[in-house]
Amino acid sequence: MIVKRANLTLWERLFLPTLLGGLQVTGKHFIRTVFGGKAVTMQYPEQKWVVPEGYRGAPYLVRDQAGDTKCVSCQLCEFVCPPKAIKIIPPGDSSLKADRANAEKTPKEFEINMLRCIFCGFCQEVCPEEAIFLQRDYSLTGETRDEMIYNKEKLLALGGTHAGVQKWKQKLEEAKGQETFPVKD
Amino acid sequence: MSSPAITTEAKPAAPAPPPPVDKIKIKVDGREIEVPKAMPNWEGKLEPTTMLQACALAGIDVPHYCYHPKLPVAGNCRMCLVEFGTPMMGPDRKPVVNEDGSPKIAKQVLPYEPGTPRGAIGCATPISPGMEIYPSSPATKQMREAVLESLLINHPLDCSICDQAGECKLQEYSVEHGQAQSHFVEMKVHKPKAVDLGPRIVLDDERCILCTRCIRFTKDIVGDDALGIVNRGSYNTIAAWKEGAFDNNYTLNTVDLCPVGALTSKDFRFQMRVWFMKETKSLCTSCGTGCNTIVGSREEKIYRYEPRQNDAVNSTWMCDSGRLNYKWIGREDRLKDVLVRGQKSTWAAALKEISEKLTKAVAGSVGIVGSARQTNEELYLLAKLAKKLGAVTDSVPRVGQADKLLVSADKNPNTNGARFTGIAAAEMGSNLKKIADGIRSGAIKTLVVCGEDVTKHGIGADLLAKLETLIVSDILPNDTTAAAHVLLPGCAHVEKRGSLTNVKGRVQKFIKAVEPKGDARPEWEFLHELVHNVTGQNGFSTIEGLFNQMTAEVPAFAGLKWAELGDTGKSVSI
Amino acid sequence: MEAIKQFFSGLSWEQEFVIFTTLKVCIVLFGAVLPIVAYAVLVERKVSAWIQDRVGPNRATPFFVKYLPVVGPILVRLGIFHPLADGLKSFLKEDFTPAHVRKVYFWIAPAIAVVPAMLALAVIPFGSKLGDQKMVIADLNVGILFTFGIISLGVYGLVLAGYASNSKFSFLGGIRSSAQMISYEIAMGMSVIPIFMLVGDLNLSKVIAYQADGAWLVFKQPIAFVIFLVAAFAETNRLPFDLPEAETELVGGYHTEYSSMKFALFFIGEYTAMIAASAMMVVLFFGGWTLPFAGLNESATTFAMGLAHIGIFVSKMLFLMVVFIWVRWMLPRFRYDQLMDLGWRRFVPLALVNIVLTAVVLWALHPK
Repeated sequence: MIVKRANLTLWERLFLPTLLGGLQVTGKHFIRTVFGGKAVTMQYPEQKWVVPEGYRGAPYLVRDQAGDTKCVSCQLCEFVCPPKAIKIIPPGDSSLKADRANAEKTPKEFEINMLRCIFCGFCQEVCPEEAIFLQRDYSLTGETRDEMIYNKEKLLALGGTHAGVQKWKQKLEEAKGQETFPVKD
Repeated sequence: MSSPAITTEAKPAAPAPPPPVDKIKIKVDGREIEVPKAMPNWEGKLEPTTMLQACALAGIDVPHYCYHPKLPVAGNCRMCLVEFGTPMMGPDRKPVVNEDGSPKIAKQVLPYEPGTPRGAIGCATPISPGMEIYPSSPATKQMREAVLESLLINHPLDCSICDQAGECKLQEYSVEHGQAQSHFVEMKVHKPKAVDLGPRIVLDDERCILCTRCIRFTKDIVGDDALGIVNRGSYNTIAAWKEGAFDNNYTLNTVDLCPVGALTSKDFRFQMRVWFMKETKSLCTSCGTGCNTIVGSREEKIYRYEPRQNDAVNSTWMCDSGRLNYKWIGREDRLKDVLVRGQKSTWAAALKEISEKLTKAVAGSVGIVGSARQTNEELYLLAKLAKKLGAVTDSVPRVGQADKLLVSADKNPNTNGARFTGIAAAEMGSNLKKIADGIRSGAIKTLVVCGEDVTKHGIGADLLAKLETLIVSDILPNDTTAAAHVLLPGCAHVEKRGSLTNVKGRVQKFIKAVEPKGDARPEWEFLHELVHNVTGQNGFSTIEGLFNQMTAEVPAFAGLKWAELGDTGKSVSI
Repeated sequence: MEAIKQFFSGLSWEQEFVIFTTLKVCIVLFGAVLPIVAYAVLVERKVSAWIQDRVGPNRATPFFVKYLPVVGPILVRLGIFHPLADGLKSFLKEDFTPAHVRKVYFWIAPAIAVVPAMLALAVIPFGSKLGDQKMVIADLNVGILFTFGIISLGVYGLVLAGYASNSKFSFLGGIRSSAQMISYEIAMGMSVIPIFMLVGDLNLSKVIAYQADGAWLVFKQPIAFVIFLVAAFAETNRLPFDLPEAETELVGGYHTEYSSMKFALFFIGEYTAMIAASAMMVVLFFGGWTLPFAGLNESATTFAMGLAHIGIFVSKMLFLMVVFIWVRWMLPRFRYDQLMDLGWRRFVPLALVNIVLTAVVLWALHPK
C-alpha cells in the first residue's frame, strides 16, 4: 500500500503546531497522572495481578481422587515439549503386577526444568491420562538452576488433585465383575 | 586362504525367483502389470503368486497382520481382504467380451446377496490370468474398516502404557483405515494382563489380535512348539504349554513379529518409548554368524538390538543371547582413561611413547596378540605393524555350541578377517604358545595385546611381568589390562565404524550408534597413527579409505569397495 | 570570625585567588553540578513516568526513612533516594572491558566526554557577588569563545568511544555524533554573533550587565534564541536529536560497550552538557542572575542578595533543564537526513540573515 503524504503548509513546516500538540498531549497526561492519580502501574509484589480463569501457568502433575499418581510415564509430553523441558525416567520392568487399581506403569522420575518451560500447554494437550495441567503459578523463582528443576515429588505436591474418570480402576472393576478370567489378587 | 574370487550373488537363503518364470497379466487398480506366476514362499519354495504379493509388485501396500513373508500363511486376521474380479466365462466356456472388445470382468459378490462385493484375503488367494484386483476401491476400504473395528472390539486401548506404541500396526492401520468410533457398546472382555510367558517374554492377552505369528514362528522356524491358543471365542488366548515355559533362544523374535503390543520383551519393558530411539544399522558380534541388527539408542545409551533383514545371513531373525548382549557397553567399569604405567595420560603422550618403543624394537622381539573380535581394518593395520616389526602374531579362538538356525560354533565375529589379514596363525591360537615361549626365553620383550585377556590363554601374569613393555588396548578391565604398561581404552562396535567378515565369508559393515565413553577412541584410529609413526607409511584416516586400501592389499578382500558393501554386505570366498 | 577576617586580609592577591577559585570550583562541581546531574536523571525518570501514566521510581528506601513521619513516605514515593542508589550501583557494578576493544582509547573516552562539559561551566557567571567575590569561576573577557572552544572538544569523547569499542553500533553512533555536533556547532556559533554585536563585548558578565539595563535578549533576538535552543539540543544529543545513541537502532550508540562507572561518566557528561547549555542560555538570553524588579537588577551589596541572585540563576537554569527533559517525551527522533537538512539548509542561512539584519538595524540606529 502506498500512502500519499500531504504536502505541509508553511505553518505546519514551522513545526509549531506539532510542538504545541505535543505539549498539550504530554501536559494532559502529566496532570492526569500527578494530580488525578491515574497511573496504570501495578506495584507488583504488593499488588498482584488476578490470574484469569484458564490461564496457562506452570505445568504440574496431579493425583486422582484416590490419591494415586495419574501419570503413566507414556512420555508423550517429553516428546511434544518444544523446549525439551520435560525429562521422564520410565520405571523399567520393576514389577509384572498388572492387576492393581492404577496403571501398570508409573514414572520413576519426572522432571520439568522450569527454566526451559515456556508454558505452552502442549504437555497438557497431549496427555492421554489427564495427569498434567498448566496451573496458575506464573512467577517461579529459585536461587540455583538445580532448584528450578522440579522433580516428581514437588510437581505432585504443587499440582494437587484433579478428580476425573479413573479409567484404570474402572477397567479393573469390570474385569473383576466378569465370570471368565477372574482377576487374581 | 583360497582364491580371492568374489561371489557377489552368494547363495541366498531365500532364492530370488529363477529367471525364466511364466508371467501373467493382471490389473491392479485398473493398471495392467505383468507378475510372475509363482513366487517363493516362506521356505523359499515356489508357490503361486498371491494377490498381496501382486499388489506389492504393483507398488500398493495391502494392510495385513497375520501375513509375514518369512512365515507360513495362516489367513486368520482378514485385514488383507481385497475386492477382486475374474474374466467372465460364457456358457460356451468362452470369455465374455464388452462392446469394445475387452474381456468382461465378473466382480466377486456374495452368493446369497449379489449386490454386495465379496472380498478375498490377499495373502492366500492366488492370482489368475486376467484377474483384476481393487485394493483401493470403496468396497475394499469398507471391508478394512469393518475388520479393524472387529479386531478392536476387545482391545484395551492402553497405548499410553504399551511398549509397542509407536511401532504398532493397530495404531498405524487405525490412522490409515480406521474409524473414530466403534459400534461396540457392550462391555469388553477383559483378559489377563502381564502374563509371564517365558523368562524373556511378557504377554498381555487383552491386546492380542490372535494373528498366530508367534505360534507359527516358534513351531515352524525354531521347531519349539511351545505356544498355542486356548479357550474359545472371545476368550481365545495365547498360552505357553506351561506357564513361563516359552523358553528357547529365539523367543524375542516373537516380540518383533507381534504386530500389536501383546508380546513384549521383559528386557525392554517400560525402559523407553520407541519413538525416542535413534536407529543405527549395525551387526551382532556375539558369534561368527554376524546377524544384521538395528541398534536402538537414545542420548548415548543403548536400549535394544533388533534384527535387520539380510536374507544372505539371518533372514529377519536373531537369537536372544545375541540380542541381549549389549549391557556391558554401558558398564560403569569401562576403561575410560589412557594409562601409562598406571598414571593417567593423554593419547598423544602414550602414542608417542609406544611409537618410540616399537621403532627401536629389534626385529623378532615383538609379539602381537590380535583379536578376532576386531574389525577387518584394525586387523589389517595390526598386520602392517607386525610385518614391519617381524612380530609373531596370533589371535584367540573361541569355540562354543552351534544350533540349527543361526548360532555359530565360532564365537568370534571376525575369525575370517583375522585369517585373511594374517594376524591369526594357520591354526588359530597355535602361535600363542610360541609367544609364551618367546617371553619365557626372553626373545620377546614387547607384547601388544588388542582386546583379549591373554592370561586366560596361556600367557600368564608371571610371563607378562617379564616383559619390558606390555601395550594393551581393551574395552573392559581384566588381568591383562591390569598388568599393562600402556593401556589404551578402546570402543565397542556400536561406538565406531568398521567391517567384519562372518563365518561364511560375508563382509559386512556397521555404523556408529553412540559416542565412545570417556577418552576411549576407536582402535583403528590409533592403530593408524601407530602404523604411520612406526612404518612411515601414510594411510587413510577415514574408514572408507582404509577399507579400500585394505581390499587393494589383502588378496582375500580384492575388489571390494566400502561404498559397494551396502547395508547387507558382500561375500568373499573362504 | 575576626581570626578568619585577619587570615584573609593577610593573604596576597594570588593566594586569595587560588583559595577562592578552588573553593568555587569545589562548591560548583560537587555542591551543584553533580547533585543537579543526579537529580536531573531522577526528574527525567519521574517526568517521563508521569507523562506516560506511570508511577516512576519509588522503591529505594534507606533504613532511617521509616522513622520519619509523613515526610518519609512522600520522599520515597518521589524517589528522592534513587539517585543515591544509582550512584552506588554505578560504582559497584562490574567494570567490564570487552576483549575486542582498543583499551587505551576505551578508557580515556569517558573522561574526555565529561571534562569539556564541566570546563565550559567555568566562565558562567552564576551570581553577582557574595561578599567581595564575583560569582564566576573565571571571569574571562573572551568567555563565549572559551565556551565554544571547549564544548566542541566534547565530540572527541564520543567519537573515540565509538572507535575504541570496535563494535558496529558504537561505530555508527560515533560517526553520527561527530557529523551532528560539527554541523550544529556552526549554526550555534553564528546564532550568538548578533548578541555580541548588540553587547559589544565577549565577557559574559558584560552580557548580563547589558540585559540588566535593558530588556532580556530573548526578546531582542528571538531568532537567535530559537537557533541556539535547537542547536543546544543537538549538541547535547538530546531528543529529538539523539541519533548518536538512538536506542531503537543502535542499542546504545557510542556507549553500547560501556558498563559501570565508565557508562555513568557518559551519563554525567550528557547531563553536565545540558546544565552548561541551560546556563549559557540563561546568561545569553534570560538575563543571567538578574530579575527586572525588586532591585535585583543591581549587583549584590549584601550577602542575602548575593544568595538570591544565585537562586534566581539556578531557578532559571532548572526551568530550561525541565524544558530539555519535557521535549524528550514530546517529540520523536529526527531522521538523519532531516537533521542535516535542518542544520545546514535552514539554520545556517537563517543565522546569517539574522546577523545581517542585526547589522542593518544597528547601523540604522547608530549611524556614525
